[in-house]
Parts: sequence; C-alpha cells; structure tokens
Amino acid sequence: MHSMFVKKSAPARDASSGFAACGGRGRRMLPLFSFDFDALLRDGSTDSGARGRRGRRLLSLFAAVLLWTGCVLQLFRVQAEASETVTLRVCNWEEYIDLGDWDEEETIELPSGDILGENSMVEDFEEWYEETYGKKVRVEYSTFGTNEDLYNMLTLGDVYDLVCPSEYLIMKLMAEKQLVPLSDAFFDTSEEYNYYSRGVSPYIRKVFEDKKIGGEPWARYMAGYMWGVTGLVYNPALVTKEQASTWAILADPSFKRQVTIKDSVRDSYFAAVGAIKSELLTSEEFRAAPDYAQKLEDEMNDTSPEMVAQVEEWLKGVKNNVFSFETDAGKADMITGKVAVNYQWSGDGVYTMDQADEDGFELAWAVPEESTDIYFDGWVMLKNGIGDDAEKQHAAEAFINFLSRPDNAIRNMYYIGYTSVLSGGDDPRLFEYAQYNYEAEEEEEDEEEAEEQTAGEGATKEKAETEAVGEDGAEEEAETEAAGEDAAEESADEAAEETVPYDLSYFFSEDGEGEYIIYAPESQVDRQLSAAYPPADVIGRSSIMVYFNEEQSARINQMWINVRCFDIRDVPAWAWVLTLAAAAAAAWMILFRFRHS
Amino acid sequence: MRFSRKTLGIPYAIFLIIFVAAPLLVLFYYAFTNGQGQFTISNFVHFFTDPNTLGTLFYSFAIALVTTTVCLLLAYPVAYFLATSGIKQQSVFLMLFVMPMWINFSLRITALKEILNLLEGNLAMHPFLNAVIGMTYDFMPFMILPIYTTISRLDGALREAAMDLGANSAQTFLRVTLPLSLPGVISGVSMVFLPAMTNYVVLDMLYNSTYIMGSLIGSYFAAYNWHGGSMISLILLAMICIFTLLTGSGDESQARGGALL
Repeated sequence: MHSMFVKKSAPARDASSGFAACGGRGRRMLPLFSFDFDALLRDGSTDSGARGRRGRRLLSLFAAVLLWTGCVLQLFRVQAEASETVTLRVCNWEEYIDLGDWDEEETIELPSGDILGENSMVEDFEEWYEETYGKKVRVEYSTFGTNEDLYNMLTLGDVYDLVCPSEYLIMKLMAEKQLVPLSDAFFDTSEEYNYYSRGVSPYIRKVFEDKKIGGEPWARYMAGYMWGVTGLVYNPALVTKEQASTWAILADPSFKRQVTIKDSVRDSYFAAVGAIKSELLTSEEFRAAPDYAQKLEDEMNDTSPEMVAQVEEWLKGVKNNVFSFETDAGKADMITGKVAVNYQWSGDGVYTMDQADEDGFELAWAVPEESTDIYFDGWVMLKNGIGDDAEKQHAAEAFINFLSRPDNAIRNMYYIGYTSVLSGGDDPRLFEYAQYNYEAEEEEEDEEEAEEQTAGEGATKEKAETEAVGEDGAEEEAETEAAGEDAAEESADEAAEETVPYDLSYFFSEDGEGEYIIYAPESQVDRQLSAAYPPADVIGRSSIMVYFNEEQSARINQMWINVRCFDIRDVPAWAWVLTLAAAAAAAWMILFRFRHS
Repeated sequence: MRFSRKTLGIPYAIFLIIFVAAPLLVLFYYAFTNGQGQFTISNFVHFFTDPNTLGTLFYSFAIALVTTTVCLLLAYPVAYFLATSGIKQQSVFLMLFVMPMWINFSLRITALKEILNLLEGNLAMHPFLNAVIGMTYDFMPFMILPIYTTISRLDGALREAAMDLGANSAQTFLRVTLPLSLPGVISGVSMVFLPAMTNYVVLDMLYNSTYIMGSLIGSYFAAYNWHGGSMISLILLAMICIFTLLTGSGDESQARGGALL
C-alpha cells in the first residue's frame, strides 16, 4: 500500500503496453502531417528569393491554421462527448490495481471457475458500465506515492472524484468535511450489482461501523479496498522467531546495522511506542483488561510531550543501530541478504518472501507481541469533485462495486499482492483463492482421495439400494453415508499430522465461527499466509493509528527532524577548526582572483 | 504582426515566466507567511536558531567540502597531464572521463553500491565515507572538464618564457600555470560544491540516514510545512547567489565545459 509494489511480471507488462500505446498513437498521426508538409516544402524549397520567402511564410501560416483547426475540432468533439459521457477522476496508489496484459498461461484455477485477466481493470470497468447501465463513462486514472503526497495534491487544487488513501488520511478528510457520504442505494444488499456491500468481510464491516469520527462511522464514507498489518520480515537462519516478535529488535545492538526501519514518521513512531511500552503491553494484566482494545489504541496513540521525548531518545539510538531508513529499498536488501530484519507492511512482506522463495532461500514473517498497526486503504468520494452530480456519484459507486466483484478482487490481489477487504459473501471464490495460495498440496490430494472414497461408498450404496427395498434401504443408505464421512474425516486427520489448521473464520464468516479453515503446511504459519491473512490473535492485539491534530503533528514532526538531522552542538572541535580553515582558504582564493582580474 | 527575431524569444519568455518567475514568487510568499497567511519572519529566525537546521547546514557543508576537495585533488593532476602531455588520443581519454555522465545516475549509484558492498562489507557502517565516495564519483567530470579546458588553452609561450627566465619546472607550475588555471578551478568548485550540498538521493541510496539540505526541505514539505520548507529553499538560493557573485560568473571555460556535457 505505501509504496511501489511490483508483481514479478508487472514491469514487463507495463513496458509492452506502453510501447503498444505509443506506436498506435504515432501511426494514426503520421499520414495527416506527412502529406501536407511534403507538398508545401517542395514548393518552397525549389523557388528562391522573394517567392521562396513568401512560400515559407505561407507554409508557417498554413501550418498554424491547420493546427488551430485541429485543436478547435478536437475541442468540439470533446464537448460533444462530454455531454453524454460521465468523466470519473480516480486517484489510486501506484501499482495498486490490475493493469492488464497477463501472460497467456496465467490463469487462476479455482473450483468455482477460472479467473484470468486480459485488459486493465479500468478498461474493463468502462466496458462493463456501458453494458450494464447503458451509459458511457470515461475514467481519468492517476496515481499518488504517499498519503502525504495525495493530501498535498488535494490542497494544491487537484480535483478528483474518487481516491484511495489509508484510514488515517480518510479520518482527517472526514474531520475536515471534505467527503461525500456513500448513497443509501450502495448499501442495499438485495441489489445484485452491489458487490461491495454483499461481499465485504464481516470483520471489516464491523470495524468500519464501530470506528467513528465526529459521531459518524467510517462505513458511511469509506468502502475498503486492501488491508494489512505491519510486522517484521526476518531471515530465520540469523534471527529466531522470538527475537523477531518484538519491536525492541530495531534497537538491539546484537543486530547492529542489520535491521531496517521505515522512512516514515508514523510507522517509526508506532514501532518506538511499542518498544518503549513493551513491558506494559505484554503484561497479562493489561491483556486481560475488559476494555483492552480501547486501552491499547490509547496507549499506541500516545502523543504526550513526555512520550514524544522518549520516542526521540529511542529513535536516535535506533538511527545508530539500523541499516537504513527505507520505503522501498528494504525489500531488495532483504532478498539480497544485506539485512537480517526488515520492518515491513504485510503486502510487501508477502512479495519479499515470494521473491526469496524464487531465489531458493527462506524468509519468515513475525508480528511483534506488543501490538501491530492495522491499516485499511479505502475508496472515498470527494466533495469538490463529485459535488451534487448524481450521475458521477453513481459511476463512482459502480467503480467501487466493480472492483469488489469477487473475480475482480482476486485479479487485483493476484496482481498487487495485498489482501482485499472482501470475504465474498455468498461467493466462495475469495476463500478458494486463499486456499489456492496457501493450502498444503498433500492436503488437496487427500481430499481428492477422500472424494473418490466417498464416491466408492456411494456406488455400494446404490447397489444396496437396488437390493434392499423400502425402509431397510433408507437405513442402509444412512449407514453408508456415515461410513463415507468417517473415511473423509480419517484422511483429513492423517493430513493434519503434516499440516496445521489455520482458522480464518473471523474474517470470512458472519458469526465468527464456521468452517473457514485452511490446512496449511506448518511453515506457512510463520510465512506468507500469516502475512496475507493475520491470525485472530494478531488481530486481537492490533491497533489503528489515528490521525493527529495540528499540535500533535507539529510535535511529532519536530521530533522526527531532531532524530534525522545533525545537531550543530554535536560538532567536534577539530571539525570546526577544519571548516574554518577551509572557509579561510576559499576567502583567500576569492580575494586572490579579484586582485588579479 | 511583424515577424522579427524577438518573436522567437516569446516561447522561452513564456516558459521563464511560468516555470521560473512564478514559482519563485510563490516561494517568497510562503517563506514570509505563516499558516494564517500573515507576514512573518519567524521562519527565517527559526532557521538560524534551531540547532538541527544549523547542524544540517553544517553537515551538508562538510560533505560538500570534503567531496570538492577530493574531486579537486584527483581531477587537477588528471586534467593537467591530459592537457599538457600532448598524447594523441586526448579526446579519447577525455571521453572516458565524461562517458559515465551518459549513463543514468541512479543506475551508476546502484552499481557503485554493489562495489562498495564488496569492499566494505556492511555499507551502513560508514555513512559519511559512502556519501563522499558517491558524490565524488558522481561529480568528478564537472571538475575535470573546466580545469582541462582552461589549462589546454593556456599559451605555451608563457611557460617557455618562465623557463627561459630561469624558473625550474616546479616554479613554472606554481607561479604561472596554477594561477592561470584558477578560473577553471573556481568554476569546477562551484559546479561540484553546490550540488553536493543538496543531492540527497546519493545519501539515500548509500544508506546514510542523516538529513542534508535537500532531504530537510523534503521533510518539511511532507509534513505540510510549506512555509518552513520555502524559507530553507530561499536561504539556499541566497547562498548560491552570493557564492556565484563572489566567484564571478560567465566564465568561457565553464561554458565550453558545459557544452561538452
């Protein structure tokens, strides 16, 4: 979410599509210009003297007229189109949506149907919207790099209809009354096309309804897109899971210059608070408190001057201990083995581990015991873009719904590597996709065997049915069915010896219970699976980071500058002497030059 | 409308107004106002009273100073021998020094990173050294070229005259060649020193987590503090102006050196 995330083959896709687009545009332009200019040039160049000059002037006049006519015509066309087309200005994170151009063999095979992408998601939406609602929509798609960049762009007067920032910026925009609420129709689950409301995870829905700004729940303004937690990618050959399960590792001198931290005030602040309050946060007493969740959130968002001062001290120590402050380079440094531990957002963590797997060595994922920062990126509509334009709002909400259609959500997850907020509702494909990624392969075979076995029992059952008549037959049927179930359970038990049940019911199931269990290889529990879908206990100790008001922000930003800058009072005496000597030499050189010139 | 030569200047004038003059005015506006849009000089005072901004200025200054010195010490002998030895393949050698400039900057630093990684082991252990090496690598051609052009255009007769009048070669160099090549040195210094104070990408890529002037400005803007950021940019601009005025601008050698790049 926070940085460029490039799926393995994505750059190749970009390049090819980019070239294709350029070539196409070039070809269409050429004939028009080459013809007129050639003719005119020949005319002008063969003559000389006055006529030649006039010819050239004529040429430039003609060119100008041609250009202007072109412009005016274009303008008319744009206006004519505008009257019947809705234009939707969307701004999203870089590399945060399926951009199309998949390889031919790239197909996600799921039990409920294969999923493959051809065009970019945006093109597909334009097509779908026209087919579904009979109206043309044109999406102006642009991207931003960080939440702060987006906020600066909005403040500087860039106008967008639909943007996708993280939860804390959404909270800020809500507080500043910059957002348009989602319409009532958007939440109508009986409507087939309301894929978001029908498919959003019950867990996410609850969070969005519980969290409030100015008395209004997030859910009224924000439709989730991707989510995750922060944690540490570590090299199990150098670091134990226990060592990597605390924020204190960032300041641990035994890993001097082998750990990276985020080059972002908020992420670093969170880690620092976690490390400083480690004892309190991990104590049984604190954990058992009835209002634990609220207390945790308060502790993690503590911005009192004393806390900020402590964080400053801690981060100054960290600065001399870590390998680097990074936003993007940490992934590569982790994969190339330059560092042993990398503070990371879960989506990028999955990517890092995938890449390491390809290179043949194993990285793992741990979430600190103290607390983890849970983040949600979501779609919100802006007042200064949408205004009172009902058609535009309809298109914007349709865009959210289109991205939330299960197959599209899977396409995006596959392409960018982050985890969607959707559980799919009635549609099983999102859970199937999680199984497709993380379920142990042996388990699948076992399941097939079990199915075959059941089928075999079914055959005997049929035979029994034909032999026996009436109630006896029915009894026997019940018996054989039970036998089949037993067999299936047995084989599942066998599989469970090598695999670990990983319960995701909190995310996929309406009442938090049910059969949403992935039988994953044991190692996956500390790897991609737990990064993509954190287990319930990690969710239990997660806290959001609220947006800070001006006074708090000023305090924290000043703290950050104090950490990152060199304090002039730390300059040693010899450095002063050298600098002054250099300044004197420069002054002498300048004087020398003046005297000689 | 009469079509004259001046008309040709119009596009560039428009460009100047939109992309140079207008942003400068905005910069001035933000530098001398606070969040409420009132006039204030507190941003200015803050810069010179905060130990962190002053420390950053010092740190940038130190990096730039060391980089410039190293560049000068390496570049002067190269330029001198290239210009005076009279080897036939002068232009080929010169090309060799300029060629790295034709390769993308971040690619070069990435390659340098791997080399340094081999030499030093853990790169993060020597942040200051890395910054200086990276910048020296990056800015070296800017130092070689102006010095080379100045020396190669010195009148050889001056040196011969010095020799005829009894000076040995060391004296000739110190009293004739060196003073006459100073314009080249000065334009080389100004082309290395000023960028080295702000080019924070080199530091970022080579794992130096201390801010220099460029990154400090960036952090102010990221924290929505455009007023403080503008003031620092303005102060930097003022320093560059003073430096350029003192050293004198419009060196022919600089122009020629620049053309080659």
